[in-house]
This record gives sequence, structure tokens and C-alpha cells, in this order.
Amino acid sequence: MIRLPDPKPDVLAKRDAVIAGLRAAVADDEGVIADRISLKPYETDGLSAYRQMPLAVALPSTTEEVAAIMRFCHANGVRVVPRGAGTSLSGGALPMADAVVVGLMRMNQILDINYPDRCATVQAGVTNIGITNAVSDEGFFYAPDPSSQLACMIGGNVNMNSGGAHCLKYGVTSNNLLGLKIVTVDGEILSIGGEHLDAAGYDWLGLLTGSEGQLALVTEITVRILRSPEGARAMLAGFASNEIAGECVDAIISSGIIPVALEFMDRPAIHACEAFAHAGYPLDAEAMLIIEVEGSVAEQDDLLARLTTICNRYNPVSMRVSQSAEESLAIWKGRKGAFGAIGRISPDYLCMDGVIPTSQLPAVLRRIQEMSDSYGLKVANIFHAGDGNLHPLIMFDANDPDSFHRAETFGADILKLCVEVGGCLTGEHGVGVEKRDLMPFQFAEHELEQQRRIKSAFDPDWLLNPSKVFPLRAPTAVPRAA
Amino acid sequence: MTPTEAEAAIAGQIAAARDPLLIRGAGTKFGMLRPVQAAGMISTAGLTGITLYAPKELIISARAGTPLHEIEAILAAHGQHLIAEPPDLSALLASPPNTQTLGGVVATNLSGPRRVAWGAMRDHVMGVRAVTGRGEVIHSGGRVLKNVTGLDLCKLLTGSHGTLGVMTEITLKVLPAPEAVGTIVIPGLEAEKAVAALSAALGSPYGVSGAAFLPAEAASWLPDRIAPGRSLTLVRIEDFAASVAYRSAKLMAELDLFGAVILDDAASRKLWARVRDVRLLPVMNGEGIWRISVRPSSGPGVLRSVPGAVGYLDWGGGMVWFAGAPTETTHRAIEAAARAAGGTWTLMRAPDALRSAVNVVPPEAAPLAAITRRVKRAMDPRGILNPGRIYSGL
Repeated sequence: MIRLPDPKPDVLAKRDAVIAGLRAAVADDEGVIADRISLKPYETDGLSAYRQMPLAVALPSTTEEVAAIMRFCHANGVRVVPRGAGTSLSGGALPMADAVVVGLMRMNQILDINYPDRCATVQAGVTNIGITNAVSDEGFFYAPDPSSQLACMIGGNVNMNSGGAHCLKYGVTSNNLLGLKIVTVDGEILSIGGEHLDAAGYDWLGLLTGSEGQLALVTEITVRILRSPEGARAMLAGFASNEIAGECVDAIISSGIIPVALEFMDRPAIHACEAFAHAGYPLDAEAMLIIEVEGSVAEQDDLLARLTTICNRYNPVSMRVSQSAEESLAIWKGRKGAFGAIGRISPDYLCMDGVIPTSQLPAVLRRIQEMSDSYGLKVANIFHAGDGNLHPLIMFDANDPDSFHRAETFGADILKLCVEVGGCLTGEHGVGVEKRDLMPFQFAEHELEQQRRIKSAFDPDWLLNPSKVFPLRAPTAVPRAA
Repeated sequence: MTPTEAEAAIAGQIAAARDPLLIRGAGTKFGMLRPVQAAGMISTAGLTGITLYAPKELIISARAGTPLHEIEAILAAHGQHLIAEPPDLSALLASPPNTQTLGGVVATNLSGPRRVAWGAMRDHVMGVRAVTGRGEVIHSGGRVLKNVTGLDLCKLLTGSHGTLGVMTEITLKVLPAPEAVGTIVIPGLEAEKAVAALSAALGSPYGVSGAAFLPAEAASWLPDRIAPGRSLTLVRIEDFAASVAYRSAKLMAELDLFGAVILDDAASRKLWARVRDVRLLPVMNGEGIWRISVRPSSGPGVLRSVPGAVGYLDWGGGMVWFAGAPTETTHRAIEAAARAAGGTWTLMRAPDALRSAVNVVPPEAAPLAAITRRVKRAMDPRGILNPGRIYSGL
């Protein structure tokens, strides 16, 4: 079990008073949850191996209610864990025994859509896909598309700086934001940015994005919306080895084409997805690429022809260029169902999220296979090949504590390997509690200390999501801003 | 990570400093924001050289003092480019051309016309090494394209004008340079109609990567007079040659652009370099220069609301460049115009007396200003790095 900071005894002791304070801050009687059965769904998130019941849950409906909650919690030294849909794969929304979970799912209103200025202002509890759905009739979309996009909420996306399969062209969350409304730890409501680009002064928008709920609560977000391309089409190509597929990725990037998606799957991932989705994936290939391009039909034809020529130079064991939107969907079907596919083979799996320089892919996959053999756990690899984001899916049995422990150690070894070859611990899932204790592999102590000081500048008493991102240490040693 | 010798030297200089330090790259942007009073100086002039270029990974790293044109040249040789198209403001800021450094461009977060579609400099800074005001060498980010490990100090340092740390090495995401460029030029529109056309173009599926409006006076600075005495509305497309031709034709047909002409590749490149480098405003008589960032549809109103100033619109209407009398009266009109439109302003050039007397960027709300002070102290506890550059007393 992951270690959490010791609960504050005084806060535990005044639980009833805390609940009363929250009820005073939230107008709706059902906006505060205090009984154990109703609290149960909040004890974990997408990293369900870790569980911890919170002190209470508050479900505000307005930014003003969030501010009232924060004023109360701040005045009473109560820790706060922000939560959106609870889809974090790194345990970003894992509660603490003495913490109030502030769930923003009731704040699910689209406040404004401004097509001439190509932006939309929404509350934090709107789902990622909900933004695209709200603007798709006019031909627009919100670009970052994490695979949890049906469920995950934009407030969580901002806090984790979520990515997706199409970041190579469209960027991640931070590249698609214009403004935020935030509530500070002491309950002040602040506007950051607006509907314009590049506000003068320090880039608070950039710093807050990906800050994992540790600097402020985000209640409203102004996102950029983009006009959808005329169309998109995918192709797939299977290769005889990871090395050859990797060389083909290099050749595509070098050709001047920026595919909107460039996904790589290794043999175990191909087999798992094919068995699940019957997408027609090449079972004789060691590695497979899904490449998607955008534009008019003629532009798609031209780009797919160029890509076919490139792929042919690497003797593909199979290649299929979709001729229609339906065929493209079929190609994507297996990839999009990857988590379900792995879930069918193995009841439990860990989805890792390292990043590596793309040139290191073959070597890294070889090392992962060696580790898989030595840990005795199967692994399948899915890779956003354009941007180096590697998702090894480690299969284990949660009923066997030893299997879970080996899976965790295996995962940590993979992430250390990512750092060793010049990459990083996390590309889009965040550090959370999951990778917290690996941070010293990527940062020296004085660098972590510098980041802690920035957190302290926003949250001097470390009340906001304090058990995440930074390795724990004695509470007395937590630095305060000078 | 181990500090390089040069980083250790800068760290030592900062640790030993008792008085404020001016942070200098090539010194081309001292005219921006507020003047800094400092006894000492830290120069990144000696920190030069490209340290990593992996074209197949779309990544380039260079020391902060590397002249930007050296980076642009090596990228061009490999068919790649800087995504944000950073400007060379030397004509505007009366500094020598082609000397600005990578560190200077990142520290000021300056982006060109392509920003409207492809992001700002800050969006492509993947990694930074810097010496803090504590004299410690830190890094944030790395040399990969996706990274959410820890707080994003790359974003914090980008655009911080040397007030939080001295950047020593920067890693940028780069992309393939487009094969061809084309521009649709619509003469004679008034500002509202022009921005409506730009919005329609940017809201089309045709991948517009530049959208500007030049009133007649700004257009008169162009060496090739396209439609003398008339305003010009400019829409750029960059892609493979066949796509540029196809997309220009689609836009012309769909947007009902009466009287529009299409500029070829060479003419387009020349034109957009001028828009990028703000060589469309009077600067000979000591004019003050401001830029205002607003939602694009507010651009035309802002453009009209500063008496005596002349300007033009970039970023689809959202970036307003102004030249006017360098006086508090003009500055107050700029502030009022930006505020009324819910946007922000930056004083880019003015005599020291004016730069010292006014808010060169909007003041922050009190609770945010308190956070700003604490973050500054967290990075630079003795307040010795470029003090007063952005905000008075900070």
C-alpha cells in the first residue's frame, strides 16, 4: 500500500464540525457526503489498486461554493483533494483519511461557445467529449482526446495536462487553453488569461496546467476549439521486427508529413486487440503502425500514397490503406479497444506511461521483454510513435499480492529505463501517487525542493492534494515560501 | 544532473552577488518592458552551440546564447523550422538585426503570425536548464515531446524576462517546414469585415496559418505595393504545393472574397516576414510601440480606440500592434482599450521615463500579485535577477 502522510489528529477529531462547515458552504443538502456507504465510491480512482476513505465529500455547484469550501477548509487546516470523474491512472484523486474530496462533477455546464473567436468556456465537470459534442454541429472539435474522453472531465484534463492519440499535430491540453477561473487555497476567485492568446506577465496558465490539483482548484476553463478537417483516413502496416517498424517511423517523420496520429503496437498488443476486436490486424507481424492523415479526399490519397511508398521500403508483412471512413474506424477499433482487450486476457493490468526518445524504441522494447521474462509477467506495448509516449500494459493477478508487487516493481523498472535513455516518467497520466517515489530518478533533491517552493507559494500550508507528486518526508521538513 | 562549467560559473556569480544583476543575451530586447537598474550583469553570450539535433525526433537543443539564425539555418538545411515563427524585432527595437539569441526569444515568449494556428514559443519549449536566483542549476522538462513529470517550470521560465532564472540551455520541438506558402490578399475591406473574413478562414477546414489585417497606412510600408491606398486582408496557407493550391481555391470560392488575389510562394514569404517582424509601423521619430492581445473579434474596435496611434492586426485580429506618441496619454488609451476588450497589453518600446512610470503589462489582482511575489521569492529570494523588469518593485 502506498504511504500517505499521517492524518492530522485534530482534523479527524472535529469531523462533525468539518461536515457542518461544508454543509454551510454548499447550498444543496445532498452536496455533502458523510456516511460511509455513500463515501465508498470516492475511495479510489482509475488506479484502483490504491484505496483510502476520505473524511467527507463536497459536491459544489458553483465557483462561489468552491470558494466557500476552500475558505472553510483553509481556516480549519483541512486538506482538500480535488476530483473530476475519478479516471486518473496515477492516483491523482486518491483521498486521504483527513481530507475533504471536492468533486466538481456537478459543475457540468457549457457556459459560452464563441465560434468567431474559436473558443468555448465550460465548467470543470464537463466531460472531454462533451465539449466536442457541443460544437460538432458547427463542424468544430476540442483537440486533446485522452482515451478516457467519454468519462474524464476537462477540469481533470487541465490538472493532469492530458494528451491523447492526436497530440503530434494538435498538442496536449496546455496547448489548447486560453483561460481559467481558479479558486485559491484560501478561497479567492481569480481569472487567469481569458479569450485571448498569450496574456502578459508570468504564464500562470502554463504552470497551473498539469499541476495535479496542488496549486489551486480549477472551476472554469476557456478552451480553443478548432474546425474539423474535411476528412481523415487511416492505414495500417505490419513489419517483421520492432526495429524495422521504428525505422519506418523515422522515415515518415523525415519525409515532411505530419500524420495526425502515428500509433505503434507490438506483437502481444496486436494479438490481444485482434482477438478482442477482429479488426483484421496482421497476426504474423512483430510490430504494427496505424497512421492517420487528414484533408480532402485528394489530399488523403496523396498523403497515403506517399506513406505507402515509404512503408514499402521496409518490406511490410502486410499493409492496408483504408478506402473509406468505415474502414478507418475498423482500423482504429482494435487500438481503441486495447484496454478492454488486455482486460480480457488478464483481469488486472497496470497501464504505464513513460516517454522515450523515439530512436530508443527497439532497445527499450528488448529490455522490457527481458524484464517481462524475469518478472514472469506478460506485457503488451502501445506507443504514440510520433511523440515517444510509451504505454506498456503489465498483466498481473490482483488476488495474488506477490503478483501485484512484481507488477509494480516491473513498472517502476520500465519508468527508470525511460529516464535512463533520455526520456521521462510520465507523458500524460501525471505523477500522482503512482510515480511519486520515482521522482528522485528524474530530479535531483534541490530540483524537487525548487518545485516544492513553487507549490508553497500557492499553498503555504500544503493543504491541496499534498500526498501526490513529491516523495513524502517528515512533515516538519516541508519548506515554506520565504 | 551535473552543471556544466559555464553553468557553474553563472551559479557562482549569482550566489556571490550582493546587488541586482542584469540578465543579457544579445541585448536586443532591452527596449521592452521596464528598464532594469543593475550594477552587475550576467551574459549568456558565451553559452553558444547546438547541443543536440535529432531531426527524426523533432527535437533541437541549444545553449541559451546561441544566435537564433544559426538554429534557423540548421533547421532549414534539414527541411524543418521553428513552429512559432519568432520575430526579429530589431527594426522595432533599434537593435542590430540577426543577433538575437535563443534564450532571448524564449525569455520574452515572442511568437510570429503562425502562433494563431500552431502555438506560441512557450508551447514548443520541451526542456530548460536554468540557474535560479539561489545560484542552483535546475532542469525542467527534457528532450522528449510529451512530459508531465512535475511542475512545468518550462512554462514559468518562458516569458519571465530573466526575472526567475537564467536559462542556459533550451530544447524546442520543431516540425517539417511546409513545402509551399500561398497568400490570399483581399484589398479594401474595413476592419470589421476583414476580421470576419479572417475568422471564417481560420474557422475553415483549410489549415490557415496566418491571418492579418493591414489598414492602408500599415500596408503602405510594404515594398511591393499590391493595392495602393487600400487596406489589405491577408490569409496564409502553408503545406505541400498541391494542398496550398487546392486550399486557396476552396477559400476563394467559399468565402466570397471579391477582388482577392493570390500571392505566390516567394512574395508570400517576403510579405509574412514583414508582418512577423513588425516592419509595418512608423518607428523613425521615437514612437512608442505597444501590443494588445484580445479576442479576435475585439481587434477592430481596439484598433480604432487609441487616438493618434496607427496599427495593424495579426493573429486573426487578436494581436493589435500600435505605434503612437510615447506619452502617458497614449499609454492610458492603450490600457483602456485593452481593458474594455478583456485583453492585455505590453509596452514594447518607449523612452525610459515612460517605461518606468506606467504599468508596462496589466497589474494583477491583489491575491494573484501576492502569489507572484511569493513565486519570485521562491525562485530568486534576494530579488537580484532583472529586478523591476516586468513589475515595479519585483
